[in-house]
Amino acid sequence: MKAIRRVEGTMAPMPQADIDTDQIIPKQFLKRIERSGFGPFAFYDWARTDDGQLSSDFVLNRPEYQGSQVLVTGPNFGCGSSREHAPWALQDRGFDAIIAPSFADIFRNNCGKIGLVCVTLGQDEVSELIDISTSTPSAQVTVDLEELTVTCGDFYATFEFDEFARECLLNGWDEIALTEHLDEEISGYEKRRRGYLPSAKAV
Amino acid sequence: MSVEASNGAGRTIVEKIWDEHLVHREAGKPDVLYIDLHLVHEVTSPQAFEGLRLSGRRVRRPDLTFATADHNIPTTDRSLPISDPISKAQIDTLESNIGEFGIVYFGMHDPRQGIVHVIGPELGLTQPGMTIVCGDSHTSTHGAFGALAFGIGTSEVEHVLATQCLTQSRPKTMAVNFVGVAGEGVTAKDLILGVISEIGVGGGIGHVIEYRGEAITALSMEGRMTVCNMSIESGARAGLIAPDETTFEYLEGRPYAPSGSAWSEAVDFWRSLPSDKGSTYDEEVEIDAGSIAPFVTWGTTPGMSVQVTGSVPSPSEAADPSEASAMERSLAYMGLKAGTPIVDIPVDRVFIGSCTNGRIEDLRSAARVAAGHRLADSVKAMVVPGSSAVKAMAESEGLDKIFKDAGFEWREAGCSMCLGMNPDILEPGERAASTSNRNFEGRQGRGGRTHLVSPEMAAAASIAGHFVDIRDWEYK
Ligand code: SF4
Repeated sequence: MKAIRRVEGTMAPMPQADIDTDQIIPKQFLKRIERSGFGPFAFYDWARTDDGQLSSDFVLNRPEYQGSQVLVTGPNFGCGSSREHAPWALQDRGFDAIIAPSFADIFRNNCGKIGLVCVTLGQDEVSELIDISTSTPSAQVTVDLEELTVTCGDFYATFEFDEFARECLLNGWDEIALTEHLDEEISGYEKRRRGYLPSAKAV
Repeated sequence: MSVEASNGAGRTIVEKIWDEHLVHREAGKPDVLYIDLHLVHEVTSPQAFEGLRLSGRRVRRPDLTFATADHNIPTTDRSLPISDPISKAQIDTLESNIGEFGIVYFGMHDPRQGIVHVIGPELGLTQPGMTIVCGDSHTSTHGAFGALAFGIGTSEVEHVLATQCLTQSRPKTMAVNFVGVAGEGVTAKDLILGVISEIGVGGGIGHVIEYRGEAITALSMEGRMTVCNMSIESGARAGLIAPDETTFEYLEGRPYAPSGSAWSEAVDFWRSLPSDKGSTYDEEVEIDAGSIAPFVTWGTTPGMSVQVTGSVPSPSEAADPSEASAMERSLAYMGLKAGTPIVDIPVDRVFIGSCTNGRIEDLRSAARVAAGHRLADSVKAMVVPGSSAVKAMAESEGLDKIFKDAGFEWREAGCSMCLGMNPDILEPGERAASTSNRNFEGRQGRGGRTHLVSPEMAAAASIAGHFVDIRDWEYK
């Protein structure tokens, strides 16, 4: 993963609450066995009319939001399925950060692993950003992971972020490698595990 | 949940399991936990195995890793090749990965095949006090045994494959205390839909829920699995129920359960797991079990539900404008008018199955309702057992015949129309009564309209052609 200190760019507003991962990446695209290339399928059904044409009403299809880097959205974003395809699709579509009043746990974890920054702000702050990006789509927002701030013109907010997840992002650490350094402790644990625990060897 | 609490007097079951699996702790960092059981399926694993290959890593404990194919396999005749080339590629990829990394696999033609969350318990792999993960949000199902079980993403799947450990921050705990007993016709599905309607679809975020009280301990293991399964629908990280005699009875004699002297050693440990008196939770919720009636969802989140005796709610009753607009959007998607009595809503399709309600007890309950009846002319219905073993058991009890005689399709085991990755999907505008767990837009097919209900309610709706209060049902 590459190190991330700051995300800068324009926003796309999607104020709905409870946007689930089935909407972010519908199941018909989960059959791919690659990690990349999911971007064109992000919000596939919402982005299309009943006859399969791209819908000009859908926010991400509008020219003014096409190049946005920051998604600003409602509470409980990313609920539902654990599919990491959802963060992959959002990142591949060009988003580097998501701002919402709350996130589903698994979704937020998944984002952390791939360098998609999930920022939790208060509902009022999120609403303000949504208003800004609705009235001024070209407004530039900065999410600063070092300072833990979000700024956009006169708008200024601070946020909290899990310290370890932040370090991983700031340094671009490979979490698997970090755990591998604990090999001795893991082996030690394996020696004292209860003997009757299920294992493929036993049957 | 504070670290001190875990060293002090009363610990909750979650704290006990957590402490038992602690490999490494460092101030300011999440804990590193050992994972006892890792279940793998075709959809969320290919990129994880690919990651291992790219970094030259191996699977640390192939013996603690079990794979099956469930999400996109066909539920029709399995002697035919998979017709969808992309589904086939995904199954083939899984098969070559398990071969390369030496993992036990319950493939499409194995009698042990089935939905991961159905086969883990059925094989005795799921046991109290364990840590269990799977690249699937409904891993919370296994919490029914008093295990700490949660869904993870593909990067974490790769992490567990490589290290058999997971980096995790301590979750908060929530006790959901049921007071009193559930009434006649009220199932485990209704209890959990009741919980979600009470705390909301985001109410469980950051928490592990422990379900307690008489209405819970009275449930069979199948019922407890239904409850824990849908914990994730409240946003909870996991859900669990303390193990008791019902748990031990279910487990004894299963293929991977301990036996002989190991059995009594295990049971001794399991008996120590329930939360200590005086242990505290970050949050407690009390629910009157007696006030719960059979539920039907009317909207596009599992929290948008109402008792079968009620009607479709109106956005004018919403607490705030954003809730009102969400309700309007859902009603438009669902093609429903506020004020319509639930029992007046007609259904086109019925799906009985999934990791929520595809176990033997669910099929027995649905069969009791369907016995001697015929599907309404306008309804197409199918029963998809949660595992090949459930299917075999149901057939040995003659349930398949009851269903077929009533006009249901009887399928092979898999996820099927729960998420419609295989050809089992709703057409746009079709309305389904479904025993699965998600009624999200398009979940069961683009434009499809899903109402979540219990197996009994689904079976009754398929015969009446509309929702009915199962408590008024005439059994034949
Ligand atoms: S039955 Fe449905 S919810 Fe359960 S694992 Fe399969 S797709 Fe997921």
